[in-house]
Amino acid sequence: MREVLFFIAALGAIGGAMGVVLLRNAFYSVLSLVAHLVALALLFLLLTAEFLAAAQLVVYAGAVMVLYVFVVAYIGGVDDPGLRQGGAVTRLGPLFAGGILIELCIAVIGSGLDALDGQGPHVAAGFGSPAEVGRLLLEKFLVPFEAASFLLLLAAVGAIVLARRRTGLLDEADELPERAGEVPIGGGGEPHVPEEDPHPPAGTAEGPGDPTVERGDDREPVEAT
Amino acid sequence: MSITWFVVLSAFIFCIGAAGVVTRRNPLVVLLSLELMLNGGNLALISFSRMLGNHEGQVFALIVMVVAACEVVIGLGLIVAMYRNRIPIDVDGVKEMRG
Repeated sequence: MREVLFFIAALGAIGGAMGVVLLRNAFYSVLSLVAHLVALALLFLLLTAEFLAAAQLVVYAGAVMVLYVFVVAYIGGVDDPGLRQGGAVTRLGPLFAGGILIELCIAVIGSGLDALDGQGPHVAAGFGSPAEVGRLLLEKFLVPFEAASFLLLLAAVGAIVLARRRTGLLDEADELPERAGEVPIGGGGEPHVPEEDPHPPAGTAEGPGDPTVERGDDREPVEAT
Repeated sequence: MSITWFVVLSAFIFCIGAAGVVTRRNPLVVLLSLELMLNGGNLALISFSRMLGNHEGQVFALIVMVVAACEVVIGLGLIVAMYRNRIPIDVDGVKEMRG
């Protein structure tokens, strides 16, 4: 039974991993990674790491993958550039990976660790439970635990800084056409030429629909007429 | 079912991820392949934790998950920033980075 489950999960994990690398569409790659993560959670269960299997399903396959799906949907119809063209990297990449695989297998199997050949020592029923992991995490590994929480905080702040809307850095030509009529977050108002003005001044004609244009600069010639 | 099988499987997953990082051009897929590499490392950590019969490898794997989540958040933020600045979504397209 254990063997059957292992081979099913291993095939799922390797198939999911191959799907991530080989599929053209990024959305399918994300879904393939979800399948890979579910198979990996089954492997964690076989290794009696119940808490980590649950965390893998909830945190990874749930939350992190939703983030990926959102970004894929946001970026949308970007045509996938696919594999790298023309370089030696494209041809040498799989060779490089195969070399790593051979080296790792030699390192693991040739290491002569006797315990690798067994199923591991017999463990009590509570092995891998949240209580055991949590006790270790809060007693022996308290400093790494706090460092990890601080790292999460830094990552959250960094993501906000990276993905915020930069007004003023963009040129007009760089502006996305889909967002042309959108209200900027800090601007508060439509930068379009007002409808009731029959003679739009030259100042507004160059920048209608550009959210990066300051509202004050935009409206000032309107008041002058 | 000896522990060796799990460790060799983790080596397989790590290498598939490494091949993806090296050969793909879409930064989203590069991030996904990085996840594969981290998951291969996690599987090895948990295998060795089972081999030794203590929980420390599992705690280590949990910290690796946290680091992976941070990496995902920063990487996706970078991709969104690339998209906003009309840089092509291509790892070869990022010639320079500015604030």
